[in-house]
Amino acid sequence: METKYISQGGMAQWFESIIASGKRVYAPVNSRGQVDFKLVKNLSEVADDYIQTTQSIKASVYPKAEVLFTYEKDHGKVNLSDFDPETIPETVLWKVHPCDAAGFKPLSAIFNWDSADKLHNAHLVKTSVISFSCAKADQSCFCTSVNGSPGNTAGSDIQLTVLPDGGAIAEILTPKGEALVALLPPVFEAERGDKKEQYLVDLPARFSLEEVNAKLNKAFNSTVWKEQSERCIGCGACAFVCPTCACFDIQEDVHGSKGRRIRCWDACGFALFTLHTSGHNPREHQSQRWRQRILHKFSYMPDRLSVVGCTGCGRCSRACPVDMNILEHITSIAKQ
Amino acid sequence: MSEKNTYLPYLMTIDKVIKEAPGVKTYRLKFQDESEAAAFDFQAGQFGEYSAFGEGESTFCIASSPTRKGYIECTFRDTGRVTSGMASLEEGSTMGFRGPYGNVFPLDEWKGKNLVFIAGGIALPPMRCVIWNALDLRENFKDITIIYGAKSVNDLVYKEELKEWADRPDVRMVTTVDPGGQTADWTGEVGFVPTIVETVAPSAENTIAIVCGPPIMIKFTFPVLEKLGFTDSQVYTTLENRMKCGVGKCGRCNVGKLYICKDGPVFSKAELNFIPAEEY
Amino acid sequence: MKKLRDRVAALLDEGAVSLVIGYEEGTKRPRPLFCRNSESSGKLIFDSRCFHNLAVYVTKKELVGKERFAVTAPISTLRSILQLYVENQLSEEKLLVLTVDLNGELREFVTFEEISAYVAQFEMKRGEREQEILSKIEGMTREERWKFWMGEMSHCFKCYACRSACPLCYCTKCVVEVNRPQWINPWPSPISNMEWHVNRAMHMVGRCTACGACGDACPVGIPIDLITRKMMEDLAPEFGYIPGQPAKQGNALSSWKLDDREQFIR
Ligand SMILES: Cc1cc2nc3c(=O)[nH]c(=O)nc-3n(C[C@H](O)[C@H](O)[C@H](O)COP(=O)(O)OP(=O)(O)OC[C@H]3O[C@@H](n4cnc5c(N)ncnc54)[C@H](O)[C@@H]3O)c2cc1C
Ligand code: SF4
Ligand code: SF4
Ligand code: SF4
Ligand code: SF4
Ligand code: FES
Repeated sequence: METKYISQGGMAQWFESIIASGKRVYAPVNSRGQVDFKLVKNLSEVADDYIQTTQSIKASVYPKAEVLFTYEKDHGKVNLSDFDPETIPETVLWKVHPCDAAGFKPLSAIFNWDSADKLHNAHLVKTSVISFSCAKADQSCFCTSVNGSPGNTAGSDIQLTVLPDGGAIAEILTPKGEALVALLPPVFEAERGDKKEQYLVDLPARFSLEEVNAKLNKAFNSTVWKEQSERCIGCGACAFVCPTCACFDIQEDVHGSKGRRIRCWDACGFALFTLHTSGHNPREHQSQRWRQRILHKFSYMPDRLSVVGCTGCGRCSRACPVDMNILEHITSIAKQ
Repeated sequence: MSEKNTYLPYLMTIDKVIKEAPGVKTYRLKFQDESEAAAFDFQAGQFGEYSAFGEGESTFCIASSPTRKGYIECTFRDTGRVTSGMASLEEGSTMGFRGPYGNVFPLDEWKGKNLVFIAGGIALPPMRCVIWNALDLRENFKDITIIYGAKSVNDLVYKEELKEWADRPDVRMVTTVDPGGQTADWTGEVGFVPTIVETVAPSAENTIAIVCGPPIMIKFTFPVLEKLGFTDSQVYTTLENRMKCGVGKCGRCNVGKLYICKDGPVFSKAELNFIPAEEY
Repeated sequence: MKKLRDRVAALLDEGAVSLVIGYEEGTKRPRPLFCRNSESSGKLIFDSRCFHNLAVYVTKKELVGKERFAVTAPISTLRSILQLYVENQLSEEKLLVLTVDLNGELREFVTFEEISAYVAQFEMKRGEREQEILSKIEGMTREERWKFWMGEMSHCFKCYACRSACPLCYCTKCVVEVNRPQWINPWPSPISNMEWHVNRAMHMVGRCTACGACGDACPVGIPIDLITRKMMEDLAPEFGYIPGQPAKQGNALSSWKLDDREQFIR
């Protein structure tokens, strides 16, 4: 790892050279009153004054709907065409927040549990992450309670910490990061001794994961699930905006003799998620589905995959139509 | 990267179609690719994702025994989009299969013991696999008892094999139908599976019980076995939850911490004590 | 507020109702509250910021149970409750409706007629936001409108928050979930998103009471409520309805007349 300084002008030039290299660049863009990641060509398109994008960056490595393979039927025979990783372009994610970058680890842990997920991995190898540390947070943010921090570099290839002069501290963290630097080495100057911590938002931790985990180990039959979830209306908003939610459905798209098998986002909050064809539903009530959401992230994932399924980005709290605030709910479980 | 695409199925040809009961069929599937067939291996208890191209995928256990090489069989009930798509296929058509997935019946651990198989309804398929597996390795086990029940005579599946098993001197076969489900010439028992188990089950001494069936049957059979002296580690069952991926990724089949597709579908009753019954 | 809290506490203490669905202060704005005992009634609030449509809960059996319950209802919720009565989803014996009128007085309604008479005083008007976007859309050509909505719907990721927030989307199996035949592709894509929203709009014709809950719920900011709202506005005069005042004459989608002026329906 190497730390450098990059000036505001240098950053603009470097951005141009990334675009010029032919890689796709996704960055937060403000449009229709929402800030979300979009394909960009110019630095001027990139949003400035916001806390967090509505959606996480996970769609870049786990598209909303993706073709697993295609087939063609021909007189009782079937010809398969496998997914081709070569079709995935080189991608740079610009201005990702640390809580989003930290989401790659839990997401990949799910996709690669004992067997590799070729599609997800194909996206990952082609993706480079340039994160920006956080100088601002809002009341939904709680990365510091879930092993993260406003300057957490996990999941990033380069992290920039913007300085008052518009330049930035550049931490070059991985070979992929070095490759991006190599696109325009001269703009990366010797570091000037700036103290990164000074430019990060102060966000005290609100609960301890160990405490939550211990409580949850005994909480399956608790009344807390019903109490907390009464207002939950069972949509997919919280899961779809979450950087770590990986649940999916597999569906068929057929046109005559040609077909595609598609995987698309799904969520444990939906009533039909676990419904058997027989009509039996092991998670019939919303409280059971809310319990699954919390236990999966804060108990099952830590136990089975050694990673917590929440990065504290607060997106689910912001997106929920009925103000199911995960920080509030987890804090109250920890304090019980 | 030359990673394998987990979701890409093997292509299989429907080699044989057996009509088992109303709405229930067994397909024998053969690999279209020789090298895939040669490399393929599975054990009793495992399942797979079967494709009807044009409709999607569904989960069924592998109903044939691993001791019978060169093909796999699945027995399914026509209940939904994929299964009705499958039901409309004919001999010679192509299907997809991915697997084998899930854990296995610990037949090795059962060596030298008596086995009693208790099955209800269309839950015989997972059982049939392990029954044939045990019968093909008959010398490994002591007494083998099979208790199988269905709603009515018409609903009994694997009728040919039930006869075959009944005719074997080294198997005690008990078939039963629910009261009212018998026909005039029915020679088997009449009564619900749990009741019959109570009267015909062998002693719990050195015996393993394998129970598969609808949740309600399992719920009433477990206490009977307990009464007969079976401990929790002597009783096995298989669980079913809705599945999509079969490989622990799609997130829908877990019961508490355990994923049916990876940690199951075979569980001992002792293992079930650690997961919430509410979720299956 | 005090009057409301006291009354709710009394209703719960007396056992007149087993549950009161109301609002409490949330982390961003007021949110739904389920009061099952008189202590929690102290958390109740009711003011102009309380616009989440609580009627979405009144058809959920797992929540409301078998006993009589009450709901605090601003005008938009009242309209939805009327519509649910029209659709035979509610019974007057089971539901007590509470509201605070413009003079700050607590009002209680038991019957459809009482609510109907109260709601009749309020004209259904477009708010600033609705006016701004709808007048823009009304100024567009057909092609421009299609482009506008296709653009908006390309953002939809099928989280179904719009459906979940809508008091009138109470079907246990939604049309998007039917898979034999599969009418609508269940994954998000611009065209299947449009199919989903067109279908939902068709199911809302003459039923939508323009509460705006669907648009408010959409996490990606699609003004989805304006489709059903505009349909309601356009349809009401054609069928002799008063917008926002469900009447017991039935729904445009599910009723027909012998003397209909359209040929195709007779
Ligand atoms: C481990 C395991 C073994 C099984 N073995 C057999 C068997 O040997 N024979 C048999 O007839 N049935 C078996 N089932 C049940 C069978 O998978 C369902 O009946 C079947 O998926 C129905 O699919 P469908 O598309 O026709 O129905 P639809 O109602 O159209 O289902 C839509 C989708 O829901 C999913 N789904 C719905 N119910 C279930 C369910 N109970 N289990 C898994 N997925 C479900 C499927 O992915 C299916 O694609 C098994 C299930 C599991 C989990
Ligand atoms: S659970 Fe909520 S706060 Fe945690 S990572 Fe997901 S969206 Fe962010
Ligand atoms: S929280 Fe729910 S939707 Fe998200 S990954 Fe876990 S099980 Fe899936
Ligand atoms: S918590 Fe909120 S966003 Fe999540 S399912 Fe419930 S209502 Fe939807
Ligand atoms: S709430 Fe918005 S994103 Fe979700 S399904 Fe409705 S329109 Fe689509
Ligand atoms: S079937 Fe997908 S996780 Fe088990």
